[in-house]
Amino acid sequence: MADPMRIRATSTPDGVDVRVLMSHEMETGQRRDGGGQLVPAHFIQTVKVSCKGKTVLDALWGPAVSKNPYLQFKFKGCDKGDELTVTWTDNKGDSRTDKVVIA
Amino acid sequence: MNEQRRNIVKSSAILGLMAAAGLLSIEQAQAQSADWNKAAFDTKDLAGTVKALGGDAPTQSAEIAITAPDIAENGAVVPVGVTSKIPNTQAVYILVEKNPNALAAGFNLPAGTEPTVSTRIKMGQTSNVHAVVKADNKFYYTTKEVKVTLGGCGG
Repeated sequence: MADPMRIRATSTPDGVDVRVLMSHEMETGQRRDGGGQLVPAHFIQTVKVSCKGKTVLDALWGPAVSKNPYLQFKFKGCDKGDELTVTWTDNKGDSRTDKVVIA
Repeated sequence: MNEQRRNIVKSSAILGLMAAAGLLSIEQAQAQSADWNKAAFDTKDLAGTVKALGGDAPTQSAEIAITAPDIAENGAVVPVGVTSKIPNTQAVYILVEKNPNALAAGFNLPAGTEPTVSTRIKMGQTSNVHAVVKADNKFYYTTKEVKVTLGGCGG
């Protein structure tokens, strides 16, 4: 949809540390534009991260998550060289998937 | 049979007309069918949100840590992290008490994922941030006050 997500996944002794920066307006639906019209809500609703076919994070977001959302978390079960997939879907039905190899 | 078809055509026409007339935005009409927990995102406070998530009154817990600035300079981008030391943490939710809707974000953590998440949220004004943790199907929470100098919902 918009710009690709920037994903960084590094393997540490504690597990895989994942940082994702997504590109998305995240409109709350409460803001008014220059003409006084309410800008409709447009925000990411779900984010799924998976590795080796297994979901490692399943996030449900509301409009209160900041524009160009940042997400960071850690999980165990994959190593350097495995592929990590991040997918988001928003309230308008758009979605985006990006993959990265764990470093 | 004909009655059903008439009803379906009638209701979709009405939804469409309402969307066109701006009474019901198109996003809302679509979101009705999403498997996103709309009820949980519509609640106004901690107790209501936990109820919508399927729990009773949450217990306060010292095993949850919220990492957030004491004073956030920009309410549109407040970095908030939650770490839970409660065993069998299944999900973490971040709530902002004084936002129009309390629930900002929820994270379902399958086994194997560390119970630590960080993200950035919008806060409309100085408010308590609650971190709610679901572990073993029970709900726990902790609170931190975050002061906001410039509100995050666009004024």
